[in-house]
Amino acid sequence: MREWIEKQRYIIDFTLSSLLRRKVKNLGLWVLYMLVVFLLASVMFYTHAIKKEAVDVLRHSPEIIVQRIIAGRHDLFPVRYLDILKRIRGVEAVGTRLWGYYYDRSSGANYTLLVPPEQEVVKEDAGRESRTVTVEQDPKALHEEHRPLFATDGATVEPGSVIIGNGIARVRQAGPGEFMIFRAHDGKVMSLKIAGLLSSSSELVSSDLMLITEDDFRKVFGIPDDLVTDAVVSVTNPEEVTTVSMKISKQLPDSRPIVRDEIRRTYDSIFNWRGGMMIVILSSAVFAFVIFAWDKASGLSAGEKREIGILKAIGWETSDIILMKFWEGAVISLTAFFAGVILAYIHVFFTSAMLFEPALKGWSTLFPAFKPVPFISAEQLIVLFFLTVVPYTMATVVPSWRAATIDPDTAMRQTGE
Amino acid sequence: MIELVNVKKVFNAGRPSEYSALNGISLNIEENKVTVLTGPSGSGKTTLLSIIGCMSRPTAGRVKMRGREITSLPERFLTDVRRKSFGFIFQQHNLINGITALENVMLPAYPLGERRSALKERATRYLGQLNLQDKASSQIEWLSGGEAQRVGIVRALINNPATIIADEPTAHLDTKLSHRFMEIVENFKAEGRTVLITSHDPLVYKSSTVDRVIKLRDGQIEE
Amino acid sequence: MRKSTQLFLIVAAQLVIAALLWVHGSLSAADSERRLAEERELVGRLMLTDLALFTEARYTRHLSQADLHTPFQDFPMALEHFPSGSFVQPAPGHFQRVP
Repeated sequence: MREWIEKQRYIIDFTLSSLLRRKVKNLGLWVLYMLVVFLLASVMFYTHAIKKEAVDVLRHSPEIIVQRIIAGRHDLFPVRYLDILKRIRGVEAVGTRLWGYYYDRSSGANYTLLVPPEQEVVKEDAGRESRTVTVEQDPKALHEEHRPLFATDGATVEPGSVIIGNGIARVRQAGPGEFMIFRAHDGKVMSLKIAGLLSSSSELVSSDLMLITEDDFRKVFGIPDDLVTDAVVSVTNPEEVTTVSMKISKQLPDSRPIVRDEIRRTYDSIFNWRGGMMIVILSSAVFAFVIFAWDKASGLSAGEKREIGILKAIGWETSDIILMKFWEGAVISLTAFFAGVILAYIHVFFTSAMLFEPALKGWSTLFPAFKPVPFISAEQLIVLFFLTVVPYTMATVVPSWRAATIDPDTAMRQTGE
Repeated sequence: MIELVNVKKVFNAGRPSEYSALNGISLNIEENKVTVLTGPSGSGKTTLLSIIGCMSRPTAGRVKMRGREITSLPERFLTDVRRKSFGFIFQQHNLINGITALENVMLPAYPLGERRSALKERATRYLGQLNLQDKASSQIEWLSGGEAQRVGIVRALINNPATIIADEPTAHLDTKLSHRFMEIVENFKAEGRTVLITSHDPLVYKSSTVDRVIKLRDGQIEE
Repeated sequence: MRKSTQLFLIVAAQLVIAALLWVHGSLSAADSERRLAEERELVGRLMLTDLALFTEARYTRHLSQADLHTPFQDFPMALEHFPSGSFVQPAPGHFQRVP
């Protein structure tokens, strides 16, 4: 056993000497390898972390959202439909949501305006992940009770004021106390005061949100009182969600129920391996890499062939030569792989994937500032390992096969000439 | 003693370029003696050398070492025999560039997995015996022709083989160095080793150190 | 120092760093629990359904709420939004590939 270890060490010594002899070329190789792993691992870490966070956090979304569809498009939801929903068996409670997009020309950003539900949230018993939304009998009636609309750090949303997400604050360079100008649907100018900011740690979900009172919302968008954006439904038995949602479709043929599980599954497949640009980036990186490794290894230079000949002639067996080539590939693979993964981790989890920001931002002017939570998938790392280390090592060993099997006699003749 | 019985070697059998390098060689190489194979190019010297040194197999005939037949040994055993029993000195020193003289000398022992401290000590000692101790950590590229040749000799000795085989060892050496080489060969004999040399250099085959000269022509021994 | 020893040291150092990062990851996950809890609460209170990642178009901002026809309505040239449009697929179950 000790001899075997010592033998490996000798061969590694020799391999390293060989590699160091062509320092520039091998360093370039190593850097390239490391960069490929860095890119792939960064993408892996980032997308996996976001997916996990989404699936976790969106556990608390409403159980069923009911949209109205007209001519294939998402249209506003009539308040009178709520009665129909309430009467469906299995429905525990029904509520409404008022939200929409406002495009701010001065900053080029889209904001999501949202009216926070007025009712107090009733915390459910532990174990059930739904919330109870009490039924709105008459939306207008509640305004008169002056219940504070969404308090955060003491700030409340009152008529004439808004609470904004950090992304908006950044893009507008505005803070609490300042005013924001809006153009309402009828061209009138509305001035709303910033009452407060949403927390920075919740940016991933709140970055572009603007909380506003219902009155102001309807003024901005010109939506009459008998319409809301969509309805939310909670069911008595969580296992009946699909059944209830089918009943909803039947009772309201122009509706589209969206079930919470669908939402979470959407986010599970976002950034999927198989989806969109990911596959283009990833497969082109892997292909480029395999081609480059093969190209590098397939032509053994005359010098390398000579060297193998000498080794054969002085007593190295074919298996020793193959072992040497294996270590040549493995030394570069292993160190470059680890370096790439380590740098990718630092890149994604310490600098919030700053190299990807331009790509991810795309056209949007507003991008949430957040640090991905270090959720790592060991499975993905193992796949990456096999996608890079194995092909590279093979690409170093296999083409050397012929040269390694040269018989010493021929080697002696060649080298002796 | 190495015994060859009717050894034949054919290259490129069955093809138009078929060529018979050895046409039935029978001879005994005596132990602890210096034997020289001589003859013009194409006479089969190098082929014979490589067969004796277990670097290739004959197409026909048998080779025995100390009574033990080695012609039909599987590859691995043949290599093992070669590693332990023979040390090769090449025409051109064939050292590996980019590593030191010491490392070059230790190379043949690497696959055997011997403990490094012992190997290094032995290698350094052997280099010292040929006055190369100062050059141990030099890169090969910095050595002179004679020094490189001597490093090649030390390399051949590292596994302490019983037989030294040298292929045209003086082809690239001047007279002085050639004489020096023959002195080293004399030392080998004194150490109890067997030496087999191919050479067409008269300085070699006419030397007093040499015990026997075998002339080859067209793949056969000339009497 | 022998070259192979140097290599082992380098690999060992990398493994140590990787282990440290692993520890960092585990600790951060615990630390992030606070942030995740805040997000969950906000999602619950405001009845949110999507992450605010891609704010440039309706169907990229609210992935789960988008209907089937929005991708090509937002731009005068009816181009899809890039690159976020390439990152997101339609929600599962909303379409089937025709063989």
